[in-house]
Amino acid sequence: MIMTDIRWFKYSSPQTFYPLAGTLAPWFSAAAALLAIAGLYISFFMAPTDFQQGEAYRIIFIHVPAAWMSMFLYLVMAVWAAIGLAWNTRLSSMMACAIAPTGAIMTFIALWTGALWGKPMWGAWWVWDARLTSELILLFLYLGFMFLHAAIDDPRRADRAAAVIAIVGAINVPIIYFSVKWWNTLHQGASVSLMRSPSMAATMLLGMLVMALAFWMYSIAVILMRVRCVIIERERHADWIKAPGALE
Amino acid sequence: MNWGSLSAFIEMGGYGGYVWGSFGVTAVCFVLEAAAVAARRRSLLRERRELD
Repeated sequence: MIMTDIRWFKYSSPQTFYPLAGTLAPWFSAAAALLAIAGLYISFFMAPTDFQQGEAYRIIFIHVPAAWMSMFLYLVMAVWAAIGLAWNTRLSSMMACAIAPTGAIMTFIALWTGALWGKPMWGAWWVWDARLTSELILLFLYLGFMFLHAAIDDPRRADRAAAVIAIVGAINVPIIYFSVKWWNTLHQGASVSLMRSPSMAATMLLGMLVMALAFWMYSIAVILMRVRCVIIERERHADWIKAPGALE
Repeated sequence: MNWGSLSAFIEMGGYGGYVWGSFGVTAVCFVLEAAAVAARRRSLLRERRELD
């Protein structure tokens, strides 16, 4: 009874999700800003100098959250793309399109900060090991999704073609995650794991988690703002969008 | 508090270029991404007004 009383699918149409996304985005932006200030404060003023890596280790406060987001956003994108492919739901495919650029940026940040950490610590900007190579493939998957979608004029056909890339590419995410276990790589193992207690100082862990939350909030905010643009672009001939004030 | 002076903070124990290169480029990425989305929205709203 309750299941039917609550209109679960009320926000699953672009028309109803558009104003909801507009209401939510500023709150996520504000949360992102506050968490980023707290996270930066912990990263630079509370976390002590690492006895092995000196100050260079502070790069992990953005490297690890960016790497987590790059993998997680890919899975979310693949799930939305798959739902759009299976049930032909417009909003799901629009969500996948809105997530891809942010995921690509997170992947780039993970690679960039990894290079800037690797140079002083390993003596190399880049090595072709399993973790780094699979993360680079993740960047190409995001770009492939975006370019393929952009290359096909009919958006519904583009949704279906790009969804195939997103779904097939999802196999890369566990490969990235477990690469440090499966192969003998230069990249260190996970510092934080669900299975055991973290192998790092509490303040460092706190800084990383607060920064990860800030990255989360930022990603949600910018994806909500972008999906509103995608909705306007793809619903431009719909009646609701022509109503006065519909785009507020 | 980790830093005795502003210059020590900027130097980052000799790793300043790597640390600020990481944090700086990350900040630039987020600012540019948010600005690009805002610009996309402005141009869509302008287009809408011209159609009306």
